[in-house]
Amino acid sequence: MLEADNLECVRGERRLFSGLSFGIGPGELVHLSGENGSGKTSLLRILCGLHTPSAGTVRWRGRSITATDDEYHRELVFIGHLNGIKDELTPLENLAIADTLAGAAPDEGQLLGALGSCGVAACADLPARHLSQGQRRRVALARLALSEATPLWILDEPFNALDTAAVAQVQALLVKHVLTGGMVILTSHLELAIDGARVRQIDLDQQRRPA
Amino acid sequence: MTGTFLCVFRRDIALALRRKSEALNTLVFFVIVTSLFPLGIGAEPNLLREIAPGILWVAALLAALLSLARLFEPDYADGTLEQMALVGDPFPLIVLAKIGAHWVMTGLPLTLLAPLIALQFALPGDSILLLFLTLLIGTPVLSLLGAIAAALTLGLRGGGVLSALLVLPLYIPLLIFGAGATGAAAAGLGAQSHLLLLGAFLLTSAALAPWATASALRIALD
Repeated sequence: MLEADNLECVRGERRLFSGLSFGIGPGELVHLSGENGSGKTSLLRILCGLHTPSAGTVRWRGRSITATDDEYHRELVFIGHLNGIKDELTPLENLAIADTLAGAAPDEGQLLGALGSCGVAACADLPARHLSQGQRRRVALARLALSEATPLWILDEPFNALDTAAVAQVQALLVKHVLTGGMVILTSHLELAIDGARVRQIDLDQQRRPA
Repeated sequence: MTGTFLCVFRRDIALALRRKSEALNTLVFFVIVTSLFPLGIGAEPNLLREIAPGILWVAALLAALLSLARLFEPDYADGTLEQMALVGDPFPLIVLAKIGAHWVMTGLPLTLLAPLIALQFALPGDSILLLFLTLLIGTPVLSLLGAIAAALTLGLRGGGVLSALLVLPLYIPLLIFGAGATGAAAAGLGAQSHLLLLGAFLLTSAALAPWATASALRIALD
């Protein structure tokens, strides 16, 4: 479904990776690893179409993502290292906006259910500036609970700032998504405990070439 | 598509209403600048009447410049802008919604207040109406063109000054025709040509600015 073909990323003078090719199909999870600065975030941004690779192409359903921009974005959920939460709005409003922009028309029950599945239903009506880092991350990840029909999830360090209970809740969401035919690409320093799903490791440290 | 547009538009209005001091900033700036002139110049009705349109237009232009820095910057910093760039609807549409909300919160209140302020300058009724009309057509153009500059300088240090330098040449024709309309009408030439030109500015920038801004934002996010 999603194919990366011969990707190369150059940041400043440094070549982060080159000749990187891989594919991901339904029911698969790709776990990117690599030391800090190895280009994990850059790679995820390239796969989303936010960043243009210095060489290579990304194809979705056989077509380059630059050609299918809007169609591709409808089938994609990206949660970056920034949470995309507005401090002035409540978690409920934040989630409602994110979901409306994703093309859904959520009612309040669904939104509260999604916040509940990430353990932040209790602060649904509090302005987000009063939340802790971990709670904001949970609000951002609550989008996943509403996006089960969206095939591709790209997550940049989703477990950052989360406590062990929340990590388990999010992993449960990931497992459910992968087992129902979804695709997940994520970066994480944690070992993933995902049973029954095909997990592929890609280590960016092995992709680096001296510039 | 309309759902996306309305969602972003409402969101930006709601955000502006929750940061009231910021939303009031530009309006207060406009009122202070325009109210200081009659005080500083003194009771010379003829002089005041002549300079009024120019002063109101310059103040509106500076107020727009002042508010531009906040148009995309907060969304860029907290990651909501990149989320909007990944929505499955055309990005220029979202940008247009943001610009529209920006105008409703800055340009529109200022335009509505302008007739009241014009009274301080002893402007006659038909000139006030004309001034109001030029601002009503002109302030959306200030937001539209300003958005391009704000997007081009997004994420740069000292971007505010650069953004002002970029946008001023584009603002100047607008200023000349906007402020010139009242003078032309008073001289008996009629303001129709000025208004038509302002309308042309508005249509052209409404058609082109969202695309230019969206491309600039994509570069900033890259």
